[in-house]
Amino acid sequence: MNWLRRSSSEPLWKEEFSVRTADERYVTRRQLTKFLVLTSFGMFVGNLWILVRSMFSKAPSYPQQTVARLGEIPVGGVKLFTYPTKDDRCILVRTSENEHVSYSQKCTHLSCAVYYSQEDNRLECPCHKGFFSIADGSVLQGPPSRPLPKIILESRGGELVAVDIKTS
Amino acid sequence: MTVPTNIDLPPKTRGLTAIAGAMSLIAVLLIVQIWLLSAALESFLAGRHHTALPAAIFSGLMFLVCFGLYLFVDRVDAEVRHSDEDRQR
Repeated sequence: MNWLRRSSSEPLWKEEFSVRTADERYVTRRQLTKFLVLTSFGMFVGNLWILVRSMFSKAPSYPQQTVARLGEIPVGGVKLFTYPTKDDRCILVRTSENEHVSYSQKCTHLSCAVYYSQEDNRLECPCHKGFFSIADGSVLQGPPSRPLPKIILESRGGELVAVDIKTS
Repeated sequence: MTVPTNIDLPPKTRGLTAIAGAMSLIAVLLIVQIWLLSAALESFLAGRHHTALPAAIFSGLMFLVCFGLYLFVDRVDAEVRHSDEDRQR
């Protein structure tokens, strides 16, 4: 391991704390190089951590939860609910006589609450004017880069039941 | 008039130039690695897990290049020190 050997016969303290200014500059650059390489290693470890999390993360399972009764909301109307936990706010919109759609209310840009604009038939984020399609939650305009997570609904016995969340 | 070449420069100056060059390359690679980490994290949080493997591979390759450059800097440093020590004797 020739490349791991100490570079000089001088003791370490003499190398690192040089008396001459030129040598000090030399040491500073070498130390900065070491620091940069260590930071590069940190970035690599970070990427490895993401890889490990990706490999071992299970597909989340969501509970089934009744969110509204059929006919409870008028056409063009909105109901807010929480799913799957009490901290996850969602928005349910009745777009036509027989059609309901539901999305997470959290904007994918900076987590502001989106609202339904009936005039434009889209979901809007008031913070940075991010607009989302009511049909599939895709981004129509603005800074958000990802569509809104869609809540999968099923109609069971006159009730709308949230069964899953679909992210892009 | 003769133009001085790198050979004419003292070893310490040549060493500093080499280290500065290596440092610049490492800094560029580090910026790319930082971008790669933020992009991989963004993708992971968005539920897209297939980007994690290529991101980790490229990040690892860039780290290896950085480490290679560090070894180069270490070798240049050793050579300059030895040449200094030889001159002092």
